[in-house]
Amino acid sequence: MTDPTDSHWTDLHQRTHLHEIDIDDDRLPAAETENRATILSLTQVSKTFNVAGKSVEALSDISLDIAEGEFLSIVGASGCGKSTLLRLILGLDRAYDGEILLDGTAVKKPGLDRGIVFQEHRLLPWLNVTANVGVALRRSKLSPRRKRDTVREHLDLVGLGSFAEAYPAQLSGGMQQRVAIARALVNRPRFLLLDEPLGALDALTRLRLQDELKRIVRHEGITAILVTHDVDEAVYLGDRIVVMQPHPGRIASILTVPLPAERNRSDAAFLRLRDHVLAELGVTAPSAKAASFTDLSKLGPVWHRHDAVA
Amino acid sequence: MSTQTGSVEMAIIQANNGQTGRRPADGDKLSRLQRNLALPLLLLLAWEASAHLGLVNPHVLPPVEDVIGRGWHEFAQGDLATSLGASLARDLIGFAIGAASGTAAGLVVGFSQLAQRIFGPTLRVHRQIALFAWVPLIAVWFGAGETGKVIFIALAAFQPSLINTWRGVQEIPHRYRELAAVLTFSRFDFLRFIAIPAILPALFTGLKAALIYAWQATVGAELFMTIAPGIGGVMMQGRQLFQMDLVLLAILLLGLIGAGFNSLAAVSETLLLRRRTS
Repeated sequence: MTDPTDSHWTDLHQRTHLHEIDIDDDRLPAAETENRATILSLTQVSKTFNVAGKSVEALSDISLDIAEGEFLSIVGASGCGKSTLLRLILGLDRAYDGEILLDGTAVKKPGLDRGIVFQEHRLLPWLNVTANVGVALRRSKLSPRRKRDTVREHLDLVGLGSFAEAYPAQLSGGMQQRVAIARALVNRPRFLLLDEPLGALDALTRLRLQDELKRIVRHEGITAILVTHDVDEAVYLGDRIVVMQPHPGRIASILTVPLPAERNRSDAAFLRLRDHVLAELGVTAPSAKAASFTDLSKLGPVWHRHDAVA
Repeated sequence: MSTQTGSVEMAIIQANNGQTGRRPADGDKLSRLQRNLALPLLLLLAWEASAHLGLVNPHVLPPVEDVIGRGWHEFAQGDLATSLGASLARDLIGFAIGAASGTAAGLVVGFSQLAQRIFGPTLRVHRQIALFAWVPLIAVWFGAGETGKVIFIALAAFQPSLINTWRGVQEIPHRYRELAAVLTFSRFDFLRFIAIPAILPALFTGLKAALIYAWQATVGAELFMTIAPGIGGVMMQGRQLFQMDLVLLAILLLGLIGAGFNSLAAVSETLLLRRRTS
C-alpha cells in the first residue's frame, strides 16, 4: 500500500514550513554531485538548420553528462543554440546527429519524465489555473481524486493555492510563470527543463522567483536544466554552469560552482565566478573593471549609459 | 535616438490613455444608440418630406405611413407572417446544412495535410466564383423549386464557414501544438483542450458571415428562382403589381431581420467567449 506519490505528499504535509527547513540545511558541496549517477548523457550532438537555402550549424559537437539531482545552468548569448539543445532533450526535434541517452535509452519523443517551463508561460487562456495544471495529468494513471489533490498541492507549492479559479489573463506575469512551473512539475517528472523561464519578468519578480525555483527544485529532488542568458541567475542557481558560444553553438567550458547551496549575490566568491563566466562569454575586461562595469549597468536608474553618451 | 524612441512611446501611451479615457461608460450607451439611429432617422425624414412635398411621384416612392399601413394590413391578413415564416424556414435549413458541412470541411482541410493538398487549391478558386453564378447550374441540377433554393442557400453559408474554420485551424499557435506534444496529448485531447477552443473565435466569425450570406441568398433564391411563398415573393408581387409600398415593406423587413441575426450572433459570441480577455 505504499504508493510513492502518497508518501511524497505525506512528507510534504509534515513539513509545513518547507521554506525555513530547506534553507537551513545546506546541501552537499557541488563537487560531490560528480559521484552521482549520470542519468542524461549527450554525446557529440550536432544540429543543422536550413535557413533560406543555407545550412546553419546551430549546435556543434555537444557532449555533456548530467547527474541525478543536479542543477545545471546553461548560459550563453542569444543564438548559441541553448534553447535548441533543450528542444532536443525534450524530444521535440529528432533531426540531429550524435546521441542523447536518457538512462541509457535514446530520446525519441517527448515524455512526462521531462517537464518544461517555456519563456512565455504558454497557459491556455480558456482554462482556469486549476485546469491549466490539470491538463498535464491527462496521461497520468492517477485516480480523479488523486489528480485533484495533486493539482492542489502543486498550486500550494508555487504559492497560488488561493488563485485556483483564476484565469491566466487575471494573473501577473510572475504568477503566470508559477502556474507554468506547477504544470511542469505536476507529473512528478525526473527532469525540470527551464527555457529562460524568468526572462520576460521584471527584475524584482525575477529575483524572487529565482529563490522560489531553488526551493522548489530542492524540495522535489528533481534534476533541473536551466537555460538562461542571465549570468547572475546561472551562477545563483547552478551546481554546474555550461557556458556556450554561438556560430556554431558549442560548449566553451563547463564550470563547477564551488559555492554553498545558499548563495549571496554580493559575496566576493560569487562575483569572482560571475566575472569569470562573463569573461568566458567574451565580455572581456580586466577583472576589476569588468566587475565595476556590470555592477554599474545593473544600477540602471542611477547611471544611464544613454545619458552619458548623449 | 533614445529620446526619439522615448517621445514615440510617450505618444503611444498618451494615445492609449486617451482611448481608455473615452471608453463609453454605461451612461454613454444611450448616446451611442442615438448616434447609430441618427442616419436612419434622417433618411426616413428625407423620404417622408420628399413624398409629402411632391418631390417624387408617390407611386414610385410612397410615404412612410403608407408602407407601415400596408405592413399592418398584410400582417392582419396573415399573408406577411406566412411569407416571413417560409423565408426564415428556408434560410435556417440552408444555413444549418451549409454551416455544418462548411465547418466540417474546414476542420478536415485544416487538420489533414493530404486533404489540404487535394482540395485546398480548388476551394480557393471556388471562393472566387460569385455566389449568384451558381443559380443557373443549381436550378438545372436540383430544380428551381424548394430543393434548389435550399441548396443555393447552403452553398452561400458553406463558403464563409469553410474559409474561416480552415483559417482558424491554420492559425492555432505553434507554441500550443508544441505544448500538446510535450504533454503527450492524444489527438482527442489536442482537439478538446487546444484546437477547438483556439479556433472558436474564427469559427464564430465564419458562422456570423454564413448567417448573413444565407439570408442574402434566401432573398436571391426567391427572386431569381421560381416564385414561392417568401419575402422575395412579396417583393416580386409588389413589382409586378407596381405596388411600391409592398416592395419597400419587404426591403425594410429584410434589413431588420438581417440586423436581428447580426446582433443575435454578436451577443452569443460575447457570451461564449467572455472569459478570454488577453
